[in-house]
Amino acid sequence: MIKRDPDLLLQSAPLLKQKLSIPTAMRDVLLALLPALLAGIWYFGLSALLVVVVTILGAMMTEWAFTPKHQRSMALSDGSALLTGVLLGMTLPPALPLWMAWIGGAVAIGLGKTLWGGLGNNLFNPAIVGRAFLLGTFPIAMTTWHVAAGPDQFFNLYSSTLALPFMQVPPIPQGTLSASGGGIHLVDGMSAATPLGLMKFEQTGTPIFSLMFGNTAGSLGETSGLLLILGGLYLLVRRALEWRIPLAIFLSAGVFTLLLQQIDPLRFPDIYFTLFSGGMLLGAIYMATDPVTSPVTPKGAWIFGIGIGLLIVLIRNFGGLPEGVLYAILLMNAATPLINRYTQPRIFGRSVGRSAK
Amino acid sequence: MGLLSLFSKSFSHGVHPAHHKGQTEDLAIQRVPFGKRYVMPLGQHIGAPAIAVVSKGQSVRRGELIAKPGGFISTALHSPVTGTVTEITPQRTLDGALKEAIVIEADPYSTQRLETTPPTSWEKLSLETFIKVIQQAGIVGMGGAAFPSHVKYSIPEGVQIDDLLVNGAECEPFLTNDHRLMVERPQAVIEGTEILRQKLGAKRACIGIEQNKPEAIEALREQLAQQPERPITLSALEVKYPQGAEKMLVKSVYGKEIPAGQLPRDIGVAVNNVGTIVAIADLFETGSPLIERVVTVSGPGVDQPANLLVPLGTSVRDVLRFSGALNDKTREIIMGGPMMGFPIASLDVPILKGSSGILAFTETETARPPEYTCIRCGRCLEACPYFLNPSRLALLSRNRRYEETTGYHVMDCVECGACSYSCPSNIPIAQLIRTAKDNLRQHPVQDAA
Ligand code: SF4
Ligand code: SF4
Repeated sequence: MIKRDPDLLLQSAPLLKQKLSIPTAMRDVLLALLPALLAGIWYFGLSALLVVVVTILGAMMTEWAFTPKHQRSMALSDGSALLTGVLLGMTLPPALPLWMAWIGGAVAIGLGKTLWGGLGNNLFNPAIVGRAFLLGTFPIAMTTWHVAAGPDQFFNLYSSTLALPFMQVPPIPQGTLSASGGGIHLVDGMSAATPLGLMKFEQTGTPIFSLMFGNTAGSLGETSGLLLILGGLYLLVRRALEWRIPLAIFLSAGVFTLLLQQIDPLRFPDIYFTLFSGGMLLGAIYMATDPVTSPVTPKGAWIFGIGIGLLIVLIRNFGGLPEGVLYAILLMNAATPLINRYTQPRIFGRSVGRSAK
Repeated sequence: MGLLSLFSKSFSHGVHPAHHKGQTEDLAIQRVPFGKRYVMPLGQHIGAPAIAVVSKGQSVRRGELIAKPGGFISTALHSPVTGTVTEITPQRTLDGALKEAIVIEADPYSTQRLETTPPTSWEKLSLETFIKVIQQAGIVGMGGAAFPSHVKYSIPEGVQIDDLLVNGAECEPFLTNDHRLMVERPQAVIEGTEILRQKLGAKRACIGIEQNKPEAIEALREQLAQQPERPITLSALEVKYPQGAEKMLVKSVYGKEIPAGQLPRDIGVAVNNVGTIVAIADLFETGSPLIERVVTVSGPGVDQPANLLVPLGTSVRDVLRFSGALNDKTREIIMGGPMMGFPIASLDVPILKGSSGILAFTETETARPPEYTCIRCGRCLEACPYFLNPSRLALLSRNRRYEETTGYHVMDCVECGACSYSCPSNIPIAQLIRTAKDNLRQHPVQDAA
């Protein structure tokens, strides 16, 4: 029997490849975020769910609209727009009007990514761009916080959630605040200050237990420290995390806080508070580690993380805002090309690697 | 990876591909029966091609000289079989190009006995004669590059070789040819090492082996125990790719970095592959020049993987026929290892001195997953054993900005492929870098910084 030779391919070596690819990496991060996200929805109810879903929609629709037709399925399948939507959604207040959430998602992708030339070319983390935009444009809505209501009020919608674009939030008649029975209720959530706000303006701490389990006021996905840490550990096990960055952030923020405490223990928060409140965990583990907008070299990662940690503590304690994670990451994102340039690796067998042009 | 390197000798960076050696590591080396047609390209080593000294129609004996070195960086060729020279014409070789080759038809009635006499005992040879003998025997680096060995041994005035390092790392996945040589012929390995050590005037010799070859380490250890007077040691190395790259091996064993642009000998080390060492031992034992080599046939595309002793010039087709042919899933055949080997387009190309493996791959390995843009994750930087910035080099090459790659030391790249292996965006980094290097070689940049 004569057997034909196979038509041989001429793919260039190496033929072996490790399993990790962009979509699996994105999926890992999404999986890691899921518990914290679900916890947020559990605490803040239907509104939180809607905010996240609408943010994702905003991000994905923008990605779709701005991507050339032949690249669409690929651009959406890589999961980066989805991840941006989820990350942004998790930093939003649960009672944010949905139309604002949509705009946030759209801006995150449009201004944060597409404008720069798509995935891999952006200077700033898209989710943070989206949040910075919202914070600048809708400062009131973005800083109206509510107490975590708990699961028994899951179907209570915050009245502001369904506000029409550019309209005042319709007043809700008294007495609709109800936890009983099924059905969806519109409620005026009880507004409350976040732990960071309390610290900044009233010098009141929040017990670490609440910070860990998420039953405080805050962004819908930022409040449950424990679950965010667990997600981070999962990523670490999957080797999908540049661990140097969060570690550097925690270390530098921690050391800086300890120093400040030496100066005035009453005025400055303690180290647990610094590390587990606000957007610290979400920012350090999931946002600062975005590979695109962080330095490529290990040395650069340390510098980047230390910078973020210092800036967070500086802004929180000496700036006008209660929260500094957002701007700290943005600033260090901007410094990334510079860090890359000065941390080019030393080449094997050469005394000093010539720095890049 | 950091933890492991605390316990065993290693270099920084690198990757950990699955080593896939289980298919063949326990299979004894088998001799392939003699076939019919043998093709010996004149230029199968680095340097000038050899010059044919036989003519068409002439009959040759196995081991007889058929081509002499075409210069100093060149080496001799010998007939792998007893038979008749049928033609000296261009033949297809591994890269698909036509290259001048001597074609020999085996005599079907010959016993194919090797009738060579060993050169005078090696102890008496001066270094110069030794180098000539090695060149006349056609011995080259058998790890893949096929660089003429005698050139390596020609040490310039003023350079002193202190250490002879034998490369038994065999870091390429799938390949087990060196492993089997160490397991089955430890005596030849030690003997060859000792010959070379004394001739080069090295004080010590060391055999570096990756830890995933305990059998080889054991076999050599036992052999050494019988000859305790020889200053030869074994060094177990971390299993990591590319542990067998010359400079990485030196770093792992001696902890020294060879400066860029320099050779191991510049820091007093000579590095030789196990296959080469065995070829030297054989030369002085039986007088056999380099006319055959061990080839690993493996990969998911072959049903019966094997370690085979193959006469040079045998076609890949004949080797595969002996080892049970390809199965229907084969899509690509790589000569050498899966990380640095070269694909071949036809089964009718000959086995050369540098062919360490024939690996058949299927759809699964050859499927190119969709490529994404670089997300600057830095994984390639952490993989590159030369601490280059592969993502940058790949980007510049893709944009055809080849001159700029020199600023990032593109020529220091050894094309090991660790970067492509590690890239989650599936960017063919090593291939792009190869393109840049080829272009730079053709159009050298003036400013050599
Ligand atoms: S192929 Fe070149 S650039 Fe890539 S890892 Fe190997 S030496 Fe580094
Ligand atoms: S591994 Fe790939 S995606 Fe990551 S930095 Fe290197 S080239 Fe870019």
